[in-house]
This record gives sequence, structure tokens and C-alpha cells, in this order.
Amino acid sequence: MSRLNSSRELEHLRERLREQRQNIATTVMVCGGTGCRASGSSAVIDAIRDELSRQGLDLSVRLCVTGCHGFCEQGPVMIIEPGNVFYCHVSPEDAFEIVSQTVMKGEVIERLLYTDPVSGERVQTESEIPFYRAQDRQLLSQNLMVDPCSIEDYIVAGGYSALTKVLNAMAPEEIIKEVKSSGLRGRGGGGFPTGRKWSECQEAPGDEKYVVCNADEGDPGAYMDRCVLEGNPHLVLEGMMIGAWAIGAWKGYVYVRNEYPLAVKHSRIAVEQARELGLLGDNILGSSFSFDVDIARGGGAFVCGESTALMASIEGKVGEPRPKDVHTVVDGLYHKPTTLNNVETWANVPSIILNGSSWFASKGTQGSKGTKILALTGRIKNTGLVEVAMGTPVRTVVFDIGGGALDGKQVKAVQTGGPSGGCLPVDKFDLPIDFDVLSEAGSMMGSGGMVVMDEETCMVDVAKYFLTFLQDESCGKCVPCRLGIDRMLEIITDITEGRGRPEQLDLLEELADTVSQTALCGLGKTAPNPVLTTLRYFRSEYEAHINEKRCPAGVCKALITYLIDPDKCTGCGVCLRACVHGAITGGKKQAHVIDAQLCQKCGICRSECRFDAIRVA
Amino acid sequence: MPPQTLDQILEGRRSQPGQLIEVLQDVQENHGYISEEAMQAVSRGLGVPLMEVYRVASFYKAFRLHPSGKNVLTMCMGTACHVRGARLLLDQATGQLGVKPGGVTPDGLFSVERVNCLGACALGPVVTVNGSYYHHMTPGKLRKLIETLSRQETEDSQNVQAE
Repeated sequence: MSRLNSSRELEHLRERLREQRQNIATTVMVCGGTGCRASGSSAVIDAIRDELSRQGLDLSVRLCVTGCHGFCEQGPVMIIEPGNVFYCHVSPEDAFEIVSQTVMKGEVIERLLYTDPVSGERVQTESEIPFYRAQDRQLLSQNLMVDPCSIEDYIVAGGYSALTKVLNAMAPEEIIKEVKSSGLRGRGGGGFPTGRKWSECQEAPGDEKYVVCNADEGDPGAYMDRCVLEGNPHLVLEGMMIGAWAIGAWKGYVYVRNEYPLAVKHSRIAVEQARELGLLGDNILGSSFSFDVDIARGGGAFVCGESTALMASIEGKVGEPRPKDVHTVVDGLYHKPTTLNNVETWANVPSIILNGSSWFASKGTQGSKGTKILALTGRIKNTGLVEVAMGTPVRTVVFDIGGGALDGKQVKAVQTGGPSGGCLPVDKFDLPIDFDVLSEAGSMMGSGGMVVMDEETCMVDVAKYFLTFLQDESCGKCVPCRLGIDRMLEIITDITEGRGRPEQLDLLEELADTVSQTALCGLGKTAPNPVLTTLRYFRSEYEAHINEKRCPAGVCKALITYLIDPDKCTGCGVCLRACVHGAITGGKKQAHVIDAQLCQKCGICRSECRFDAIRVA
Repeated sequence: MPPQTLDQILEGRRSQPGQLIEVLQDVQENHGYISEEAMQAVSRGLGVPLMEVYRVASFYKAFRLHPSGKNVLTMCMGTACHVRGARLLLDQATGQLGVKPGGVTPDGLFSVERVNCLGACALGPVVTVNGSYYHHMTPGKLRKLIETLSRQETEDSQNVQAE
């Protein structure tokens, strides 16, 4: 495709592409996101493509390999339009049937439909599935319409019209005013008002300015940024272009985790395509606006989610934060004014420009506007990416969308905000998804990870998990973080291994308080949150570990024993054969027994038992 | 594509210290790890002191300073995988293979890596073997997977000897 020299040429291209696609009667949208690929969607895609060409349908049927649909647990998933037919757990062997029945004749294949775990009924369309029904998918639904490697798809879906709108009709001040009044706040963690950041950067002195997209997504248990960048990279680029025009930047960077190979690949392709069409480069669409983007791969350091550390890393240096006496909007990348926003924040910009700030602000709460993508994971039935309007109660997300705990267990808590966040107990589930409310409750929104925990999750172990993570990720520059986390981890390890003493809990709280007040950067300041919230809401579990030397959830190895329930054991011998330590004995069809002296608590017997007869106590 | 040489990687980036991390990423991708010689070449090529190259290479988790095993087991230790039992999987892999996380078996056939999150949280716990995903893992399934891989390695070496 040749370079576009004006907005009109872009509109002509859009019309031409739409005309070309008029004859397409059916579209098969297969999820090619990381989650579905892990479940084998690449083979499904190949099989469908082969089958379409074998049946001579390559021209009349469009096979669209999209980014993540969100319902990763059911992968590989696909949607067939018209009809909105939703198939899950699809395998390559199903391709013939899908093409000859559903694509050709519109007949639905029962066995590939989703079964609602609550009602037990099969659901035919995507829109009827409870997991999707309670959502408000403003960003995620755009993933379904485009192949992330096709700029044509993005243009057909209306892409880059927000860019032409700002270039033709909006002065930078107007854009910033619009973003300010939309109430958009940063989706990466802190929730800083985006418009304010932009206006401070615009006002900062200097001709050389930068915009940066943070796609480092270091929070373990969160992957919404990966999904948006991987599934719709042009949307993120368009948001960055609008931001760059508003603040007066001519260069941008996407800082993306190298552990996300697909996101790296798709964003690189997107940048190349945009350059080819003249949407990046000099005099974009014939205007006075020149801007280009480079992709920088992260080195896998959690601290690089912190703005100054991230910028050091783009400069090719060690990712250590520096004191932010002067903010990065004034003194950022290469000591120039820099606007750093997270993937999801940038992705929200084009629709705010197109639909207006009042449209965006109509969703959400007083202080948190719009929608938020959450990564709903952990010990819950429906896992995946969920997008809801701000203000939606946590309960709705966990129970209505997530379907509650697995295997009839009880949900105990939800962890929000990653290692900087905290755990909220069930009695706080009426709280809305809102930046300020979650912070007041001791947790935080963070980037939107929501890890559900049930009765088999030990909250002391969770605190230990996060401390281990943070100790590993602390860059070591400031003493409170480097040594404070170390000492806290020592105490928690004592508690989980049966050496805990009651007075250690006060010491733990004191340490947590000191670290949060004195650490240099956001990572250190928030590092004690997982400890503080678990102590606040689940103190009884700490006390059980210390006073009774017991782990109520059955997780902490030093405090548990594996037992076989003689009533449930059928004597099938599976566990006996699986145990490599020779710790299980028992005759055929007789209840087996575990020798606690020999048992290494590796968990193999429990994962192999089909009768749920092995428990920990 | 054949692996790029150090010269090819440095091409067009010489005397640009800001390219350090990108260059190291490419060295790692093409050579599997970052050797001392590679660090020296990168230091000369970009004009960055060798100490700074080492500092960056050892700071970021993405970089390996020693070769990995022939088969790389990567254990996702993200929160979502953790609450579904990732710790038991790590213990299983390290116990069964007799290596520490980050280490390589003496025969060079296996290494066990831990990663903070692979972003496939909905499918946890997740283990990857040489880049292929295994989801909803249990200690039992992992044990069998490692046994299968070991058996294949033994057969392969026997075939080579027979030839």
C-alpha cells in the first residue's frame, strides 16, 4: 500500500477496503491470543484455513485470527458471524464439521457450545454467556474485529479516525481539555489523572519531548496490557499519536516485556505498517505533525514499572529508580519532558476523542470513570479477562462473571493490585471497583489483576509469596526496601515453618510501617501492603500458625500432613504406584495409608487421586 | 534463520550506548546466553565500559550469563499459578532433576527456570518446555512429562551411538 498524504486519502482507502469486503458473507473469528495459543489454537487456525480452501471458500469466508477474546479458560475459542455462534475447546479435528455445517449451512454443532456451569445448559451465542453478559467490553470487544497484524482490518473498523479528527479539527489544548474532562485516570497502577499529566508535560519547557507506552506489565497475575497490545496494537499506537500531538512530542517508545513475544511481534508489525502508510513519520497525513515510535524490549525487572526506572531502562541502563523531586513530565527520558502512560490508558484515548469526554465520563463513579479490564484468575470457575464499568461491585466480578470458587469450595478473599496491592476478604466484596475505594480498604486497583483465593489458600503463604517476589525484585538501591523486605520475609518464613512467636506480629507491623514511609520509590512504599492487609483481615490465620503450629488452609509444608480418608479411598492403588517415596501402603480394594515419616509432601498422590480421598491437615 | 553473529547484531548500532539492552536481548536470542566474550565485544562496539555491560546483563532477569540446558523447563511463579500450586511444581521439577532453579543438570540436558509471570494466568499453573505451553499442570503430570523427556533423550543418544 502506498503512503497516504491526507485525511481524505485515508477515508478513500477505508471506503475501498469496505467495498472489497462487501461480498464476504461469513466471518470466522478464531482467538490467536497467548492463552488460546497455549491451548493449541494455532493448529485449529491452520486446520480451518485448510478446510476453507479445500471447500473453495477462501474468498467468500473471512478467517480472522484475532487477539484475546477474554475467556481464556475455554480456549481455543471462536465466534462465527452471522449468528454470533460461540464455540469453545475447539480442536483441529473439528474443522471439517465447523466449515461444512456452521459456515456453509448455519447449523450449530451442539458439542462445541459452551455449557453454563450453573444451569448446566448449553449456550449458543457469545452474548448469552453469563461470563460476557455482565461485562461492558469497550476495549476488549474491539479485539474481536481485527487481526492484529492487519492495519486494513483496523482501518475498516474505523481506526485512525480519531487521529484525523485531532489533526484536522482539534488544537492540542482542546485535546487535553477533552481528556481532562473525561476523567480518565492512569490504568497502570497509581490512577493519576491522565489529562493533568498531559497538560503538565505540554507546559514543560523544551522542544524535545517524548511519549512512552508502558507495556512492561510486571504484576504477576495480570495480563490485560499484553492482551490489548497483542490484540489491537494500532489502537495503542493511535492513542500515542494523539497524545504526542497534544503535548508536542515527536518521538515515542513502547516499552514491552520480552516475555510477551507475541506482543513484541505484533507491535513491531504495527509500527512498520503505520510507517508504510505515512501514519508514522514526517508530516503525518500531510499535516505539520511528525512522530515516530520505536519498540524497546524490557529486561524482565518488576521495578521497571516505576516511571524513572523504566526510562533508565529505555536509555539502556540499569533500571534503578531515582528520586522524583522533579517529575518525569518535566525531567523524564533523556532528561526531557516525557508522558508515560500504560497500554490500557493509551487504548482509551481514541474513543474519548471520537465519542467525547461526556460519553466516557457517563460510565463509572465520581472519581473513577470509564471501564477497567481486570484479569480474573486464581481459584475460580471462569478465569479470563473481564472488562466492567468502574463502580461494579467486586462481588459481581467474582460471582456473577467468575462463577464463584472451584469444586464447591468457599471463596475467601481476592487479591487486587499485584505485589503492591492487598487482599480483600469476602465481607468487603460489596466495595466497588474504584481507585480510591480500593486504596482506602488497604488494597489498590493496580493494573487490574484480581486473583481469587479460597479456603485452600493460606494467607500467610500469600504474604510470603509476595515478599519473596519483592525481595527478588528490589533493585537494592535504598536501604528500607532492600533490608526491610528481607527482615519481613525472615519473620514470615519463621511463621510458616513453625518457629513463629506472638511478638513477631507487632514487629512485622512496625517494619511494614517503616518501609512504606521511607522507601525511595513506589515499589518499596507499597511492598508492605500484602503483609498489612493479610494481617488486618486474616490475623487469625497468622495466630493459628504461631500458637497452634497449624496451617488452616493446608499449604505450609512444615505444618501439614497428608492423610487418606478411608471412607473415600477405594484402594485402586493409583496413589501407591504414583508415590516415588514409597510412603503409601495398602492392599487391593483396601483403604491405603500414608507413612508420615516417608512422605515428602510433594502432592503427586493428591493430584492423581480420582476419588478426592487425599487431604491435608 | 541462522543465528546472527555478534558483528551482525552490532551492525548499525555501534557507538550507541542507549542500544545496550536491545543488543544484549539479541545476543541472548541468537546465542542462548551472554558469554564473557560477547560482553567484551558489546562493550567495544557500543562504547560502554565492560563493567557497565556486566552490571546491566546481571541486573535484568531476561539475561542468562551461562548456557541453558538442552531442554528448558520454565515454571510460571505468577500469583495466579501460585494459588493453584505452582510451588509444588517447582519443587517437583527441581527435586526430580536434582537442580536448583536457574541451574542445569550435570549432563546438560535440562535446566529449570522460574519466571514471574507468563501472562497465561487463566490456564494456571503453567509450565513451558522449550517454549511449548503445558497448562493446568499437576505434580503428577509434570513428573510424567519429565520422565518422557528423559526417555526421549536416552533414546536419542542411543540412536546416535548406534549410527
